[in-house]
Amino acid sequence: MVATPGPSRPPLIELSDVSRTYGSGETEVRALDHTDLIIRQGEFVAVMGPSGSGKSTTMNIIGLLDRPTSGRYLFNGVEVQDLDRDRRALLRRHFLGFVFQGFNLLPRTSALENVELPLIYKGMPRAERIERARAALHKVGLDGREGHDASQLSGGQQQRVAIARALVGEPMVILADEPTGNLDSHRSHEIMRLLQQLNREDGITIVMVTHEDDIAAYARRLVSFADGRIRADAPVPERTPA
Amino acid sequence: MIWETVRLALLALRRNKLRSALTMLGIVIGVAAVIAMVTVGQGSSRSVAASVESLGTNVLSLRPGSRGMGPGPVSTQSARPFSLRDAEALGELSVVKAVSPTVSSTQTVVAGNGNLTTSITGATSGYLEVGGWTVWHGRGFNSAEDRSGASVCIIGATVHKTLFGTADPLGQQLRVGKVSCEVIGLLQAKGAGTFGQDQDELVLMPIRTVQRRLLGNDNVTSISVALAPEVSSQRGAREIEALMRDRRRISGNQANDFSITDRAQIAEVLSGINSVLTGMLSSVAAVSLLVGGIGIMNIMLVSVTERTREIGIRLAVGAESRQVLTQFLVEAVVLSLVGGIIGVIVGLALAFGASLFMAIPFAPQLVIVLLAFGFSALIGVIFGFFPARKAARLDPIDALRHE
Repeated sequence: MVATPGPSRPPLIELSDVSRTYGSGETEVRALDHTDLIIRQGEFVAVMGPSGSGKSTTMNIIGLLDRPTSGRYLFNGVEVQDLDRDRRALLRRHFLGFVFQGFNLLPRTSALENVELPLIYKGMPRAERIERARAALHKVGLDGREGHDASQLSGGQQQRVAIARALVGEPMVILADEPTGNLDSHRSHEIMRLLQQLNREDGITIVMVTHEDDIAAYARRLVSFADGRIRADAPVPERTPA
Repeated sequence: MIWETVRLALLALRRNKLRSALTMLGIVIGVAAVIAMVTVGQGSSRSVAASVESLGTNVLSLRPGSRGMGPGPVSTQSARPFSLRDAEALGELSVVKAVSPTVSSTQTVVAGNGNLTTSITGATSGYLEVGGWTVWHGRGFNSAEDRSGASVCIIGATVHKTLFGTADPLGQQLRVGKVSCEVIGLLQAKGAGTFGQDQDELVLMPIRTVQRRLLGNDNVTSISVALAPEVSSQRGAREIEALMRDRRRISGNQANDFSITDRAQIAEVLSGINSVLTGMLSSVAAVSLLVGGIGIMNIMLVSVTERTREIGIRLAVGAESRQVLTQFLVEAVVLSLVGGIIGVIVGLALAFGASLFMAIPFAPQLVIVLLAFGFSALIGVIFGFFPARKAARLDPIDALRHE
């Protein structure tokens, strides 16, 4: 499946007039200020901006880890801003995958078991889980490392395990929060090529926060935040080709 | 799903072996203490019951002087002692099957190279019947020896072992104080008595021998009476009391200057004391089980804090609160259950050792084992719930950021 994102594709993520404030009264902090953002199926979006600009808040709201203080969030056409904790957990389980800067693998747990984790919560039988987890590890190029735990893997390999974990549940969106932040340049580019491949070949929508221009260059679209608002939203001019 | 959760909990506990073991220790000690206390208590109750049986059924004891029921020293100095004629008169009552008048004197007993200071009992042939003793080797006193004050003696298993080892004691001379006697019988061992004393540390001599040659008087300090099989102890006591009042010339409204105790009643009192003690010790043990539970809560709270990031990851990949709660709850229950299993094994082993040491029956009870087991699971649920709820209520964003 080759994704050709554009206005023709239906919006997958639609934030309208979303604000998020912390605290109240004098100490109120407005992390996100009346923001609109539409991300369509199959897009690869890089999100940039200084810390405190609202990009992490946006990611948390998109990832259903946080709720907007006001505004609407339509996920795949469904209003989700008012869902309770467990309903949001169910949506994360079935439609979202997360990749973090710090990898966030379970310690003292094998790569295979880490990748199995989302499937456990889907209630999948064990044999099928193992089969799928193996396939996901194969996809990220970690054949033969199934039994290794985090301490036995390099940073790049750990991030591959995390990506395998994000994609094993066949999500519609992978949310990556500075996925290359802890990696050297060589490994960073490997990880980015992997994400690009998942976007292109599997049609998985990817939203990624980054601080580096050359990492953002792997995306198709660049959204820049400043002071809780979107300052710029444009196609990536010089895209690093797949 | 629940089996899956149990598997996950076991994995999580295995990842932290030392901590899991230390956490379980509290429960292990608590359960082991409860099991050991109850089992030993039960064993000693049975031992009391067995020693009551070994007393023979329906045995009444008469002592000069008025006294309360139960063991303990009593002043008998002011009271008139009994005589052998009292015993003979009692033996003629139809409710009485056998009579055993006794006196006692503490003496050093010497034979060969061995010696032993013990209580010498002056008795008649009725002693063996009333006390439920069997002669294991040799013979008992004959009626001539009963009356004559012959220099013969019968010894218990402990005395035999101390003085003669494994050698045959029959025909050997025993020096008791300044008197010599020939061993004519060896008694079947009985083991520990109601008060935990060694019943087999026993030297019997004809009552006249002890009276004349060791004590120098004709007094009888106690008379035990075995009642005929169909006679109740109340009826027996009534008839004996009437006879003794008559013989001692106690008029209508005067109080008895002797007492009659039903030994079964003593045993009942003892067994009552025994259950009170067992109950108290078991409550102390139960408190330690509670402390063990609080230990589990502590460690689970630490564990939740330490594993905050793990909880964040689980929430991010789609775990519902309920599932996180279940996971931590199951971990706590598994901890306390495994601790409970080990505790049951350790407790039974301790009780077994104590039973050997105290020479009481080993009396494990399935009910107590199951109860301790169920209780430890309950402790896991109660003390695991608070930490588990804390884990389940974590905010995924904060949890993921947790260092």
